[in-house]
Amino acid sequence: MFTAMRKGFGLTFKTMFRPMETTQYPEVKRPTQPRFHGRHVLNRHPDGLEKCVGCELCAWACPADAIYVEGADNTPEARYSPAERYGVVYQINFLRCILCGLCIEACPTRALTMSNEYELSADSREALIYTKDRLLAPLPAGAKPPPHTDAEVAARGLSYYQGSWGQNPLAHFAGAAGGPQESELADPAVAPRGGSED
Amino acid sequence: MDGVDLLIIVGKAVAAFALWLSGTAVLIWAERRVVAKMQSRVGPNRLGPFGLLQTVADGAKLFFKEDITPSNVDRATYIAAPVMSAVVALITYAVIPFGGTFSVAGREVALQVWDPGIGMLWFLAMSSLGVYGIVLAGWSSGSKYPLLGGVRSSAQMISYELAMGLSMAAVFIYTGSLRASDIVANQQGALLGFLPAWHVIPMAPAFLIFFTAVIAETQRPPFDLPEAEGELVAGFGTEYTAAKFAMFYLAEFMNVITVSAVTVTLFFGGPSGPLFGPDWLRPLLGVAYFVLKVSVFLFVFIWLRASLPRLRYDRLMDLGWRLMLPLSLLWAMATAFAVVLRQSADQATVFKLAAGGVAVALLLYIAAPLFARKDRGGDAAAPEEVKA
Repeated sequence: MFTAMRKGFGLTFKTMFRPMETTQYPEVKRPTQPRFHGRHVLNRHPDGLEKCVGCELCAWACPADAIYVEGADNTPEARYSPAERYGVVYQINFLRCILCGLCIEACPTRALTMSNEYELSADSREALIYTKDRLLAPLPAGAKPPPHTDAEVAARGLSYYQGSWGQNPLAHFAGAAGGPQESELADPAVAPRGGSED
Repeated sequence: MDGVDLLIIVGKAVAAFALWLSGTAVLIWAERRVVAKMQSRVGPNRLGPFGLLQTVADGAKLFFKEDITPSNVDRATYIAAPVMSAVVALITYAVIPFGGTFSVAGREVALQVWDPGIGMLWFLAMSSLGVYGIVLAGWSSGSKYPLLGGVRSSAQMISYELAMGLSMAAVFIYTGSLRASDIVANQQGALLGFLPAWHVIPMAPAFLIFFTAVIAETQRPPFDLPEAEGELVAGFGTEYTAAKFAMFYLAEFMNVITVSAVTVTLFFGGPSGPLFGPDWLRPLLGVAYFVLKVSVFLFVFIWLRASLPRLRYDRLMDLGWRLMLPLSLLWAMATAFAVVLRQSADQATVFKLAAGGVAVALLLYIAAPLFARKDRGGDAAAPEEVKA
């Protein structure tokens, strides 16, 4: 009986002098794992154009019906994405989102990825429905915010879809100098694929 | 009695009230912090340094919360019960000396609100009265869990009061007085030259029984069956909210301090300790010793809570009636025998009487089973009947 008492009371007494398990959360934040599924980000190309092409595959993939997308056509004067279409309305409802990541798997252009940010709380419902302006990644340094004109885009001469599956979104601009050259895209294995978030 | 006497009385009452009330606030904070530490947690640390103001915030919150009175309560009793608990808790500590003696305006003033001849009986009476608050709360709430909690509580307190009273009686017999100041005075000096002459040394069994019994009396873990969360939601307090709940809460924690203080008074020399320094410091040193000693017992209360699981109800009754009651009775008798032996001139007669008493007790012990009614059946017979 006395051994049991010594052990039992000793344990609680010793524990008092052990370091505590608790993290002082708002002041001290434990880093997440690098692939933690946090808040979504809508990525951009290095020149500032949006990667989202408004295909709605993310919305279809979503098991919680948390994503709402409306696509619209790019025009030569107002181009938001290098593709034919872009997402004019893009909303993710974090009241519904379960952060499963099926949407980022569905995204064909890697426009939608997830960050490590997990502090998703607000005191109103509206504040938790993230609209496009809150989801978009910040503009790269020196980039101009969309819309761009086709002339500007062609002048930059970037290859947006650097792989063998790429298309030329500016085919109608055939006369422009410095369009994407096949020689640049010769070896997909050597060429870096996608943007910086990969 | 003139105005100065009256002022002194009021002053003492206010001092004791302040000590106990601030002690309660600190105890609630300390309990949460220490239990948290013992469970590798942090505990309240947001409000004030180390979360010290948490109790104040909780108290303020409780008093401003919506006061809900369920529809089938017995209104008058329902309101009276928490008041009763709180008032009893607030007056129980009146008889406990919490500091030394100092002189004010030519009068010797002891730091003790009231020093009647009945002394510690006041504590026993008040702790019995405290049960009423809980029982009436359980009954008047008009729902099942509080009623069960109240019944459990009364059964538990009655069972353990016996052992508590008898172990206190041993101290009274040893001291020859019920007066708290006499009990403290009896513990002055030293035993064998180096040990303090505290009653805990000659009265060790009484101390162990008393301390176990007061844990049950205050309904602290591991004897907190009246408010066992897993079984009774919150026991007698289930239907109480806001200020009424706060009164129960206050009474509960204040009782913990009071019983720790009684333990210190009866067994650990009360506010006595080595005195030094100028005259004005001496009574304050007494207060410091008293607070220190009480704090040790408060820590033990918290330690028990963090370490022990709750007792099963039948085990609780078993422990109270079949172990602690006979032991405390035996110890009270042994103490009485020793005291009478020391005081009487004719020791041979005392021994003869004691031997006669022991012989009768033994005879009864052997003979009692012969008169037990067979048809009732013992513990062993009951399962057989169920099977058949």
